[in-house]
Amino acid sequence: MSQLEIRSAHKQASRFSHKPVKSLWTVLAALLVTCIAPSVTGASKTVIHEERSLYTSILVQQQRDLLCLNFTLKRADSSQSCMDVKNPKRMVFAYTRMVMSGLLFTPNPKNIMIVGLGGGTLPVALNEILPEAKIQTVEIDPAVIGVAKRFFNFTESANNKIIQQDARVFAKRAALQKQQFDLIILDAFNGDYIPEHLMTQEFLTEVQSLLTPGGVLVANTFASSDLYAHESNTYKEVFGKFINLRGRDSGNRIVIVPQGSISAAQRAPISRDSLLAQADILAPVLAPYAIPIKRLAKDILKSINAPADWDQDKRTLTDQYSPANLLKN
Amino acid sequence: MIPIIHLLAFCGGFIIMSFELLGGRILAPYFGSGVYVWGSIITIFMLSLAIGYLLGGRLSVKNPSPRKFAGIFAISAIFLYPMVLYAQPVMEFIFLQIEDPRYGSLTAAAFLFMLPTIILGMISPYSVRLLVDNVEESGKVAGALYFTSTLGSAIGTLVTSFYLVLWFEVNTIITILTLILLSIGLIAWFLAPDQLTASKKTENDDSLDD
Repeated sequence: MSQLEIRSAHKQASRFSHKPVKSLWTVLAALLVTCIAPSVTGASKTVIHEERSLYTSILVQQQRDLLCLNFTLKRADSSQSCMDVKNPKRMVFAYTRMVMSGLLFTPNPKNIMIVGLGGGTLPVALNEILPEAKIQTVEIDPAVIGVAKRFFNFTESANNKIIQQDARVFAKRAALQKQQFDLIILDAFNGDYIPEHLMTQEFLTEVQSLLTPGGVLVANTFASSDLYAHESNTYKEVFGKFINLRGRDSGNRIVIVPQGSISAAQRAPISRDSLLAQADILAPVLAPYAIPIKRLAKDILKSINAPADWDQDKRTLTDQYSPANLLKN
Repeated sequence: MIPIIHLLAFCGGFIIMSFELLGGRILAPYFGSGVYVWGSIITIFMLSLAIGYLLGGRLSVKNPSPRKFAGIFAISAIFLYPMVLYAQPVMEFIFLQIEDPRYGSLTAAAFLFMLPTIILGMISPYSVRLLVDNVEESGKVAGALYFTSTLGSAIGTLVTSFYLVLWFEVNTIITILTLILLSIGLIAWFLAPDQLTASKKTENDDSLDD
């Protein structure tokens, strides 16, 4: 909204720019307009909270019933996490609903690790659905933790813990302590900056070592730019085969690796019937979250044998070579 | 002689900042990429450069020669290259000893980056000594050398972060930096005759006596 106004103000300013004095006044007027305009027309989007953390700018804003967390001021449209205030359980974003389809492969995970807290949508939902499961969410930014607790109903409990740490450090320590997880969810990047050391073959290998034999890895990854190919090849390098689940009507891509700790050749094949049966069981549980699990199960079955739709010659990302932020453009 | 010394100072500046940027890459797998990791790296680089300036200045007092200058480059190359071989086991060891990633990254940065950076820091004061003819011009000469070496740092930062990490692996870049150090060391060794500075030295001594 306000971005468009800034742009149109700039356009107007440049239209009158042939006389320098006049153009100065036009620019000043335009600046004034952009300062006042949001408060006049911003009735639809209200800024609830603004904060600059060590890692990002945090913006919490409400538009009608949607309370959203943004990590960037540049692209005010790209929200990190949104909550429907009237129906907090409803998962607003397609990618979070897609991530939840990981439960098809591990219906009753006892230990869950989540990298990246955001608004806390995933840990809150998983904790509600599986109150017995021990969930550890790793988030580097203390400001994000504060915002999730203050605005997005996140409450820490014995079974729903937040660890304020770099996920790479956490993964290494967890491996040393021989921790194992039945479900690991990677959701660690926001639109602006990608933690490059969390995209590498070495990191994924460390994560792999944290999975129980039947454990499932679910990762929210890049669906466009060169990074899509580089990342796909990196997952392929570590896990051999993986499920490449692309959103039907959103630009998301979720990587799912069932039985990720064992080599692709040794994994039990995914049975169509048991997956659909599992979806039937999960459907009523996931219904309050607006997760179309039966549809997702069908999409997964379709994608299992789909050929690679990316350039398989692109280099894998390693600790030695990981210019993810440069490849994104 | 003068343009060559400036070229060497430029390369020194380039390599220092290229190396510093790679430092972030090297530490990230063990200590993350939090602000504290950059804090550790910058602290160690500043501290090492401070020591290097002091040592380089001291070294330049007695019989300064382009051959000794060449030696600085060779020694820095010798200290820089082991990064390729030993960075991982060193970090592994420190990671196991120190739980707090702040002090872990600081210790790792000290062990990995300090020695080569101290030697690289010696280049600037030593170049000043080689180029200063008289007291009146000393400030001008030092200023010009700060200019070239800092310009080298700026370009080293840019080239590394924009392009080198996109084209090469970290270890390849460090190998390239080592080779640059060795070859410019050779240039210093062969192209700059010892006598030139020897004559300068006597001139300086004379002017000091006046």
